[in-house]
Amino acid sequence: MTIAAAAMDRGTSSFGVYNVKLGMWVFLLSEVMFFTGLIGTYIILRFANPEQFARPGEVLNVPLTAANTFFLICSSVTMVKAYAEIERGNQQGLKRYLVATALIGMLFVGIQGVEYWKLAHEGFVPVAALYKAVGRHAAEAGEAGAVGAAVLGGPLYGTTFYTMTGFHGAHVTIGVLCLWFTVYQAYRGRYSAQNVAGVEAMGLYWHFVDLVWIILFTIVYLI
Amino acid sequence: MTEPIDGAAAHPSPNYILIWVVLAVLTAGEVAIAFVSHLPQVALILILVGLAIWKAVLVALYYMHLKFEPQRLKIIALAPLPLAVILVVIVLSEHW
Repeated sequence: MTIAAAAMDRGTSSFGVYNVKLGMWVFLLSEVMFFTGLIGTYIILRFANPEQFARPGEVLNVPLTAANTFFLICSSVTMVKAYAEIERGNQQGLKRYLVATALIGMLFVGIQGVEYWKLAHEGFVPVAALYKAVGRHAAEAGEAGAVGAAVLGGPLYGTTFYTMTGFHGAHVTIGVLCLWFTVYQAYRGRYSAQNVAGVEAMGLYWHFVDLVWIILFTIVYLI
Repeated sequence: MTEPIDGAAAHPSPNYILIWVVLAVLTAGEVAIAFVSHLPQVALILILVGLAIWKAVLVALYYMHLKFEPQRLKIIALAPLPLAVILVVIVLSEHW
C-alpha cells in the first residue's frame, strides 16, 4: 500500500491532517480570493470616486459596529473554547460554549440588521434616485434638521457597503445555522475526545468569518 | 490526552483569553486612532491596516491553530496570500 493510500485509509491526507480539515482549509482559501476580489474592487472604486464616499463615522455608525466587532471576537473565543473542551472530552463544556457562540453570532446578525434598517431610513441606500444620506449629526437632529443638509457621498458608497458587509453577513448567517446543527450533533453525543473533526471544521469556518470582519471593519468603517 | 482516532493531532492550548484581550484592546485602539488622532491620512491608513493584519494573524495562528499545524498545511494556507496581493495590485494599477 502506498503512503497516500494508507493515509486515505485512515481518513487522513498526505498533508498530515485529516481530510475534513484539509477540505475546510481549501474551501477557506477560495473564500480568501472571493473577499480579496470584493476588497480590491472597493479600494479602486473608492480611490477613483472619492466624492462618492464620506469620511469615517459621518454616515456609518462606528460605535455600534465597534461593539458588534467586539461581540464577534467574543464568539471566536467561545468557539475555540468549545473545541478545547471537547479535546479534553468535556461534553458539557462543548455544549455550553457552542450555544454561546451561536447566540453571539445571532446577536451579530441582529445588530447588523438594525444597522441596515437605520441606515436605510437615513437615506443610505445603494439606489441613486433614493440616496440622500446627510450624515449622523443631521440625521440625529431629526427630519427638520436634516432638511437642506448636504448629502454625503453617493450611491456607490451604499452599493459597495451593502455588497461587502452583506456577503459577510450571509457568511455569518450560514455559520450560525451550521453552529446550531453542531449544537444538535453535540447533544446527540456525536463528538468526543476521539472525534473532534466536526467541531474543528466548524471552528475554522467561524474564525475565518471573524478574521474577514476584522479586515472589513477597518477598511469600510475606519478608513 | 487521548489521541483522536479521526487523525487530528491534539493542539497545544495557548492562552485563548489573553489573545481575546489583545484582540479587544487592538480593536479599541483602532477606533481611538481613527477618531482621536490627527495623523496624516497615509500614516493613519498604514497604522490601521497594520493593526488589522496583526489581529487577523493572531486569529489565524492561535484560534485557527495554524501555528501548530504541519508545515505542509501552513504552506497551503499561505498559498493564496501572494495571489491576493497580485489581485489587489493589478486592480489598483487600473487607477494609477
